[in-house]
Amino acid sequence: MRVVSVDKVRETVRDLYKEACVIANPELVQAFENARATEPSPVGKEILTMLIENVELAKRENLPMCQDTGIAIVFLEIGEEVRFDRPGLVDGVHAGVREAWKEAYLRASIVKDPLRRGNTGDNTPAMVHVDFVPGDKVKIRVGAKGTGAENMSKMKILSPSAGVEGVKQFLLETVKAAGPNACPPLVLGVGIGGNFEEVTLLAKRALYRDLGKPHPDAYYADLEKEWLDAVNRLGVGPQGLGGRATALALHIETKPCHIGALPVAVNIDCHAHRHKEAIL
Amino acid sequence: MTGDIRLTPPLSEGDVTKLGVGDRVRLSGTMYGARDSAHKKMVELLDQGRPLPVDLRGQVIFYVGPTPAPPGRVIGSAGPTTSLRMDAYAPRMYEYGVRATVGKGNRGQPVIDALVRHKAVYLIAIGGLGATLAQRIKSAKVVAYPELGTEALWEFRVEDFPAIVANDARGRDIFKEGQDTWARKLAAVA
Ligand code: SF4
Repeated sequence: MRVVSVDKVRETVRDLYKEACVIANPELVQAFENARATEPSPVGKEILTMLIENVELAKRENLPMCQDTGIAIVFLEIGEEVRFDRPGLVDGVHAGVREAWKEAYLRASIVKDPLRRGNTGDNTPAMVHVDFVPGDKVKIRVGAKGTGAENMSKMKILSPSAGVEGVKQFLLETVKAAGPNACPPLVLGVGIGGNFEEVTLLAKRALYRDLGKPHPDAYYADLEKEWLDAVNRLGVGPQGLGGRATALALHIETKPCHIGALPVAVNIDCHAHRHKEAIL
Repeated sequence: MTGDIRLTPPLSEGDVTKLGVGDRVRLSGTMYGARDSAHKKMVELLDQGRPLPVDLRGQVIFYVGPTPAPPGRVIGSAGPTTSLRMDAYAPRMYEYGVRATVGKGNRGQPVIDALVRHKAVYLIAIGGLGATLAQRIKSAKVVAYPELGTEALWEFRVEDFPAIVANDARGRDIFKEGQDTWARKLAAVA
């Protein structure tokens, strides 16, 4: 067994968030540049330039790129040969979020209760997902997700007869309905299969795959290409003002499912696509 | 910036009825900041026939919840939030006399109708440009509801704050027009 310190997990979560909200990943900046190169709408091109300048400014001035620094989503992949030095792993994750939000002047955007509201003041709790995997490492992946895009996400359980066309139609309807409100150009995570609760997690995991990295299965890699092209013909465009760059990337994740169901979920992220990862 | 229409609130009916969909504007002077919770409180006051914490007639409301100001800055990151969530309150606020709102995303038909009825406009700032737009805010103070944190009612002094007319006082909608045009053009290319 390998011993990993809970404090190390806390510090890692903290540092990943302090960076994620301020410094855009290079793949994201590259995706903005690629989109700008192929954007036929002059206003769309102009907006893509503004997005590039905004992430450069945020980095230079050490300011969050967007004021909605989001809900904290943390995926822990824990090697089965790992033992933690003390109890309190999940509390350690929350503590890391709390410290990042305070130290980096991020926005507290979480309420204590969904109906009675009341800001928690420190952006906790984080949404924490734990998986056990073979090995002796701990992989920590964090996402900071603005709600403008999260609010436009959708899931539906289709009938198996709907097939691949049914999933594609649901995707296109969802993106079209999101329109300008999810701050396009978007990143799309599409979950297919599993069941009611799994399919939404699949979609979220898909979102945080390295930007634009194709699915390892050629069948799904081809669908990713085809669907991204279809999305980019909807005309929504940067900020919904019309144009080609409705989405920068589309990732699919799948799981086996019941003979009687075809679950699908589309998790939408905005152009402020913030995620980082580390391995301990 | 040349060609942009300069606006200095408070705005008159004439200031906004000359604006058309797609016009670029630059706001300077006072702008108020409010989002979900502050709107809920203000509309409750209006419904009770009571005055608002500050007179917002003729004023511009920016739908924003900024990040906290780091030391040495007047404000943190400050871009627009999704306006659609304020649709529940916007017709009432326009009826009261708010002349323009600034947010991101589209508005529902009741808001578009209210703009025509009350001679007002809806402007968009580019969503996600929090770091960039914060540079246009020269001072910021909470004028009511400090207990709401970022959701308080803010008073900003802005300089050349950039926005685009998305819905004008004649009922036009920039999103519908832009997306229809581009959906047609993109369908045509192989
Ligand atoms: S949707 Fe994304 S880019 Fe737009 S305001 Fe929210 S977090 Fe920022």
